[in-house]
Amino acid sequence: MAEPQNNSTALMVKNLSVFFGKNQAVKNVSLDIAARAVTAIIGPSGCGKSTFLRAINRMHELNPEARMEGEIKLFGDDIYSRNVEPVVVRRRVGMVFQKSNPFPTMSIFENVTVGLRLNGIRNRKLLAEHTEQSLRMAALWDEVKDRLHAPAISLSGGQQQRLCIARALAVEPEVLLMDEPASALDPLATSKIEDLIVQLKKDYTIVIVTHNMQQAARASDFTAFFYLGELVEFGPTTKIFTSPSQKRTEDYVTGRFG
Amino acid sequence: MENYFEAGLDELRQKLLTMASHAETAVNQALQALLQRDYDLALRVKENDRILDQFEVEIDEMVIQLLTKAPLATNLRLVTVAMKISQNLERIGDEATKIAKRARDLSQEPPVKITLDLPRLARMALDMLKAALDAFVNHDSAAARALVPRDKEVDALNKEIHQTLAQHMVENPDTIGRCLHLMVVSKSLERIADHAKNMAEDVVYLYEAQDIRHTGKNQAAPAAPAAGA
Repeated sequence: MAEPQNNSTALMVKNLSVFFGKNQAVKNVSLDIAARAVTAIIGPSGCGKSTFLRAINRMHELNPEARMEGEIKLFGDDIYSRNVEPVVVRRRVGMVFQKSNPFPTMSIFENVTVGLRLNGIRNRKLLAEHTEQSLRMAALWDEVKDRLHAPAISLSGGQQQRLCIARALAVEPEVLLMDEPASALDPLATSKIEDLIVQLKKDYTIVIVTHNMQQAARASDFTAFFYLGELVEFGPTTKIFTSPSQKRTEDYVTGRFG
Repeated sequence: MENYFEAGLDELRQKLLTMASHAETAVNQALQALLQRDYDLALRVKENDRILDQFEVEIDEMVIQLLTKAPLATNLRLVTVAMKISQNLERIGDEATKIAKRARDLSQEPPVKITLDLPRLARMALDMLKAALDAFVNHDSAAARALVPRDKEVDALNKEIHQTLAQHMVENPDTIGRCLHLMVVSKSLERIADHAKNMAEDVVYLYEAQDIRHTGKNQAAPAAPAAGA
């Protein structure tokens, strides 16, 4: 398996296993995720890719039956260490979901700033600056700058998803996790999200789960192929899609299964 | 916000144009070496051919990478046409190398006393090459179409030159070696014109999405340019 070629590693995953009751969803996965790059996770349904993603910001712990083994280090910090609160991890590792989930009772402005306000920031000028900055980073500012107090749910599906990205970016995470961020969107909105991902990687480490291989090819630098809970192959995206080393990878990307 | 393809496609175009420039230079220098009996220049042409080989490899790699991203419409045609153009340019480089080799051999012997229309053939081939590349750069499929029938004139002139040389060899057997070199040069120029024609056909496909190869209807009125071209 190829090693990432970037200079620094954002996430070091070692022998990670995740269990839900008796079911082992992730089996002994070791992987280094490069900083300020996009890593895509591909694989058929049920292969453990979403579970793997959620383990990176301890979201799987919301399920009382979930249990993990192994180690994940975020820029050298053990995120499962006893004295680390999950909430702290989730501030450093943001997440965007498949179905965009802006808070329905809040305005655009309130959605973006909710994380900041929960952290005690009240200064209006600061909140306004953060809002503009986050919405610009999410390529949404121009579309909403004149209606920041409109309800978030008045936005289109693609805009709502970018709002969720802005909300995640507002608390200045180091890593952004995206679980099939464009699968509920039309092609134009999908294309905007992909362009956005390529822009964001200059400043953030991004891990994206996708079932769309062309999307992985367009937007990512590295790709990991999961199958039945195992990491089958990991390497530069171009290599995975032009000349994979493993037969199972070849079979998957050529559509022979999954 | 820049589309994720644009940077890659721009880079591909630039690389192709640089490669084309090298190919044109190779042909020009090979002909100069021939006409001026310049051994050293001819040797440089041969050595520089690996630059064109390297370009072909790099462009093919870029094309494969771009294809994994599933380009569509004009982008898809550009990427596939780029591969074909680079192959034609590499072959043009090979023909230039052949001309340069014969130039080296001929420079070591006294010139043959024969009047040949080789300079005109060279001019025609070079003009066709330049016209094909200009059509690509300028998105001018009409110019590309106009180029295609000119290949017949080149074929005819090459044939005439071959006949003149054949006749000369019969009458002057001591010139056979040198005349054979000149035949190869003429053939290489004809091949360069063929490659220019191929590139022109690729340009028409790129900008009109029309495949005009092997139709024999090269003078048909052009279709409307394809959307996005």
